[in-house]
Amino acid sequence: MSAITSRMVRKQSGRRRAGGRVGRGIVGVAVAVLAAQLLSVSGAISPTSLPPMFEVLGSTGHLFVDPSFLREVLATIQAAVTGLAIATAIAVPAGLVLGSFRLLNQAASAVVEFLRPIPSVALIPLAILLFGQGAQMKVSLVVYASVWPIFFNTIYGVRDVEPLAKETARIFRIPPLRVLTHVLLPSAAPFVATGIRVAAAIALIVTISAELLAGSADGLGAWILRMSSGGANLALVYAGTIFAGLLGLVVNWLLVRGEQRLFRWRREGVGAA
Amino acid sequence: MSTVSGRTDSKAALPGAATRRSGPMLRWLGTRGPREFVLRWVVLFALFIGWELAAKAAESPYFPPPSEFAARAAELWLPADGTWLTEATANDVLPSLARMFGGLALGSLVAVVLGVAIGLSRRLGDYVDPLIQFSRAIPPPALIPIFLVLFDRGALMRVLLIAFGAMWPVLLNTIEGVRSVDVIKYETASIFRIGFADKLVRIVLPGAAQKVFAGLRTSLALGLILMVISEMVASTGGIGFHIVQAQRSFQILDMWAGILLLGVLGYLLNLVLTVVERRVLAWHRTTNREIA
Repeated sequence: MSAITSRMVRKQSGRRRAGGRVGRGIVGVAVAVLAAQLLSVSGAISPTSLPPMFEVLGSTGHLFVDPSFLREVLATIQAAVTGLAIATAIAVPAGLVLGSFRLLNQAASAVVEFLRPIPSVALIPLAILLFGQGAQMKVSLVVYASVWPIFFNTIYGVRDVEPLAKETARIFRIPPLRVLTHVLLPSAAPFVATGIRVAAAIALIVTISAELLAGSADGLGAWILRMSSGGANLALVYAGTIFAGLLGLVVNWLLVRGEQRLFRWRREGVGAA
Repeated sequence: MSTVSGRTDSKAALPGAATRRSGPMLRWLGTRGPREFVLRWVVLFALFIGWELAAKAAESPYFPPPSEFAARAAELWLPADGTWLTEATANDVLPSLARMFGGLALGSLVAVVLGVAIGLSRRLGDYVDPLIQFSRAIPPPALIPIFLVLFDRGALMRVLLIAFGAMWPVLLNTIEGVRSVDVIKYETASIFRIGFADKLVRIVLPGAAQKVFAGLRTSLALGLILMVISEMVASTGGIGFHIVQAQRSFQILDMWAGILLLGVLGYLLNLVLTVVERRVLAWHRTTNREIA
């Protein structure tokens, strides 16, 4: 009974606090927008460098219903998702195998350490040479960049498997495939999910970077680049950048929520233990 | 590349995942025992030979044998003929590194100051939280056109881009670190009327140091990436410029040499940070063990 009431109280105060947070957050954003508007209108920063913020926000609003712009965004998302899927298909099996065998792990760590410090953007010129400026170039870069977080998290996940479960499986001579599907995978899954969430943010950034730096034919980054090359569409450049930020926020939010939903059992398990 | 985003270390979805994560990372860096050391170098050597043979057999214009581009890298950047500093090093590497460290220093400084303020005042945190979440969600390269308009195409714009793009991991980790400081320590200090500056230097900052370093590690990787990106657009020098220029003029060896250089730099930077971290935080581990 007391546990229930205390939980209710906590819930209520949590809600009140959340309400206060949202209110303050709105105030913070409003102040920032107003400040930017004033900086531009007052001439403190030339409107040719910083267009009036209200105008920028108006343009951002229009972008949400502009079909040709949304097609560009779709191209970006498509490349990022494709790359992410391929990276997952590579990194999860690799992580499962390398996490399970110590000697293999040690041998592979040398190779991994050799490759990992190479920043993905350093490979943009190579990718352009090999694949041109199209979707293939973007996807290949996304794969390279997002393999690492998924790979490392899978390895941590495999190492995190309850030793008792592994021993039990061994004692009962459970075949390796069943151990994989019934012990290793369920236990490592939350880690893999974290890896994919981190990788998704990276995938989006790498895709937009590649579009911008390679001058792709389509995509959000290419669109921003095209708008900025004329010079007259500065408000649209700002609007596109704000859109990119919002897109990143939404993607991250969706993934965090998805992760929480999928692995609620896991969090409760940890809490109970 | 641990992350472009910097969302790795601080925001692990599972409790304890962040701490668990730093463990294996450190262990992966240094070898344990001679057997592993030998194994590692044998594997690397085999990889190198395999690549070399494959490249020689394939004769692809885009994949030169590693021995060739490594030699080219050495020719470009290693000291030779009595000159300690080659021309390429002076033109590309040093300005790049200067801009990167400048940007990282600026970004981290701003991030720690902001992070301590936000960490100490939840109210302030509430006001700026949406702005922070939004700002760090913007892919930094998308800011290049705007930064070019605002700050022109000089070194300042590149330093600011690096600072802006790389500050988020430090900021978020500092906030988290400050909030994790033992309330009892802080309140005890308040009871004894210890001044704010003293509390800051002796309780808040040391308490947050470990998290700040974790953030710095991510920021360092980000800084290197942003350095390269910033030099790929509207630039006349730097490692990123070198690579792009080599690609455009089909100097494939030069391009690969540049990629190799970045890999080596990334490795060294991470190594240096690990060593510094171990030194600076050595007290941390011991004191915490005593308490626990």
